[in-house]
Amino acid sequence: MVKIVRKKVLNPSVTLLEVEAPMIAKKAQAGQFIILRLDEEGERIPLTIGDFDREKGTITIMFQKVGLTTELLGDLNEGDYIHDFVGPLGVPTRNELGEVKRVMVIGGGVGCAIAYPQAKHLHAEGVQVDVIVGFRSKDIVILEDEFKQACDNFYLMTDDGTYGEKGFVTVKLQQLLEAGEKYDAVIAIGPVPMMKFVSATTKPYNLRTLVSLNPIMIDGTGMCGCCRVTVGGKMKFACVDGPDFDGHQVDYDELMNRNSVYREREAKEKERHACRMEQLAKEMIH
Amino acid sequence: MPNMSMTKNPMPEQDPNVRNHNFKEVAMGYTPEMAMDEAKRCLGCKNMPCVKGCPVNIRIPEFIAKVAEGDFAGAYEVITATNALPSISGRVCPQETQCECHCVRGIKGEPVAIGRLERFVADWYRENVNAMPKKPESNGIKVAVVGSGPASLTCASDLAKKGYEVSIFEAFHTAGGVLVYGIPEFRLPKAIVQNEVDKLAALGADVETNVVVGRTYTIDDMFEDGYKAVFVGSGAGLPMFMGIPGEALAGVYSANEYLTRINLMKAYREGYDTPIKDSKKVAVVGGGNVAMDAARCAKRMGAEVYVVYRRDEEAMPARREEIHHAKEEGIQFLFLNNPVQILDDGHGKVRAMECVKMELGEPDASGRRRPQEVPGSNFELEVDTVIMSLGTSPNPLIRSTTPGLEANQRGCLIADEETMATTREGVYAGGDAVTGAATVILAMGAGKKAAAAMDQYLQEKYGK
Repeated sequence: MVKIVRKKVLNPSVTLLEVEAPMIAKKAQAGQFIILRLDEEGERIPLTIGDFDREKGTITIMFQKVGLTTELLGDLNEGDYIHDFVGPLGVPTRNELGEVKRVMVIGGGVGCAIAYPQAKHLHAEGVQVDVIVGFRSKDIVILEDEFKQACDNFYLMTDDGTYGEKGFVTVKLQQLLEAGEKYDAVIAIGPVPMMKFVSATTKPYNLRTLVSLNPIMIDGTGMCGCCRVTVGGKMKFACVDGPDFDGHQVDYDELMNRNSVYREREAKEKERHACRMEQLAKEMIH
Repeated sequence: MPNMSMTKNPMPEQDPNVRNHNFKEVAMGYTPEMAMDEAKRCLGCKNMPCVKGCPVNIRIPEFIAKVAEGDFAGAYEVITATNALPSISGRVCPQETQCECHCVRGIKGEPVAIGRLERFVADWYRENVNAMPKKPESNGIKVAVVGSGPASLTCASDLAKKGYEVSIFEAFHTAGGVLVYGIPEFRLPKAIVQNEVDKLAALGADVETNVVVGRTYTIDDMFEDGYKAVFVGSGAGLPMFMGIPGEALAGVYSANEYLTRINLMKAYREGYDTPIKDSKKVAVVGGGNVAMDAARCAKRMGAEVYVVYRRDEEAMPARREEIHHAKEEGIQFLFLNNPVQILDDGHGKVRAMECVKMELGEPDASGRRRPQEVPGSNFELEVDTVIMSLGTSPNPLIRSTTPGLEANQRGCLIADEETMATTREGVYAGGDAVTGAATVILAMGAGKKAAAAMDQYLQEKYGK
């Protein structure tokens, strides 16, 4: 069991939790993830490690409420406990990245929660970091100030133009590349279509692009193959071989298809949560 | 008066057409009367051939004699003197190739039902006595055990009994390894596994779940933290796939994933959050015990189930009893068939599996006749789910993060056959991590050997 020591609502659907997990905090590196389970009946879900504090012995996770488990997780408060919390899992991004002097970090939506620690740790190492973040609209922007502290150049995009510049992250990326900006690598983290288009944008420039994949997982230790993805025509298990892969080699359409397997069931589960909440509200009125 | 019946006392079982709709245990166990009657079939041979077949050397005629007298508590004492997990081994051991194949009564007629008697004794004890063992006096020496499957539980139990301070590190949220995520409830109720883990905790062993050795904590960390020896019983959990087109389609599972969702995450039960696909027609590819488990689970989830196996029935590595049970439950076997590709329904889901018929050719290196394709015999098997049960290999995580720990070409840790010592001092290994996927009882035997060798090593080095 791990205790929640801090909770911060970043936007209407994204929540930050900092939990006490000293063993994990001691080993964690940017790009790795944890798996958690809320209670005896709960499912195991993977979440990327947003930040860690080795001295305090804490791990920060940021997540979007998209289904039953994340809804329930979002309902927890400081002082509450998470039943199971295991990690750090996966290969640290730094191991995949190798020697770099200048990097572009791109975050899309809730993916910014994972892109942020990447920018922060690379910047702290002395790597030159540029950041492009993209959101649907102004009301869901997160971590703007944090990003500004963690990079040399910061570009904020909204799909509807309500804040920053209008357009997708790829619009800005294309502009910068056309203007002759040079990077050793691009790290893209966000929805699968966004990572797919970022990779398509960098491909003509032969610019190394790492993407952080988010397939369905159960154990996260390589024993089931649920998270298998095709990279460069080969089967890889994202939980042990990744989650970071060469963006130019990933079969994105297959990943999107595999991620949709339980969509109907997930919708039903979310309904179940709504019912649970309704029931709770009724009980509180009476 | 010995019982000279040529056949074993049958074990009461749930009716096949009832049990294939529930996850309750298939075999219901002997009553005390049936057990005492069966025990009287044992001749109490002086040279005890049965014991030689038992990897953990249970003193079989001795415990059976106690059962015949009705002294079940006494029988339990005899069994547990050498076997830490009788309620498990009595259920899942392939006795027909171990103790029972050496039984003198098996020369004419059926051997004594040693496994059923062992199971009876362990169940009787749990239901009637269930005394938790006492923690022995500590010798102050810390040892670590990686994994909590049958090899690790046996090793930890033997070391704890000798007074070592044992810590078990398990990656999953529940201890038991394949006993909880792999073998289904209808063959091995999870409450029984938990009872064995509770007994181990009562002996003083500390069970730490949610620790992935190699990531959360390494073997080097353990030595730094004062552990004097380590046993690696991390198993062989890495699933194999065929490498045929369509394996990434929605609806294709490894048996490990399918069974983990069902057994560990309880996806079959109302109220549990882990989803599993609603399947109408399922093909399970493979012929081992894991394939039988996956097929029987899928049947219980309401599907029509085919087992697709490239050799003939004779060559199936699964236990005869499991194949028999599966057939009784309505599972259809397609022998001498091999998948060629899995076909898309146009929406990324499984529509069918294309198979080709096989025929047996010349014997191969394993002595079995090599199956070869019959050209032009391809056909489509309409299914919406495919479960690949082709075997597993050891996970590379521990060996890749432990300097000095060597593995062979198949990724199995190299360990001395007698002592289970690895290539690194103070580190021992056993079970599937060393042999590749094998049986529960062989893992238990390896855990037992390792515990004895670790005790000797630690006493020479740190003993008073």
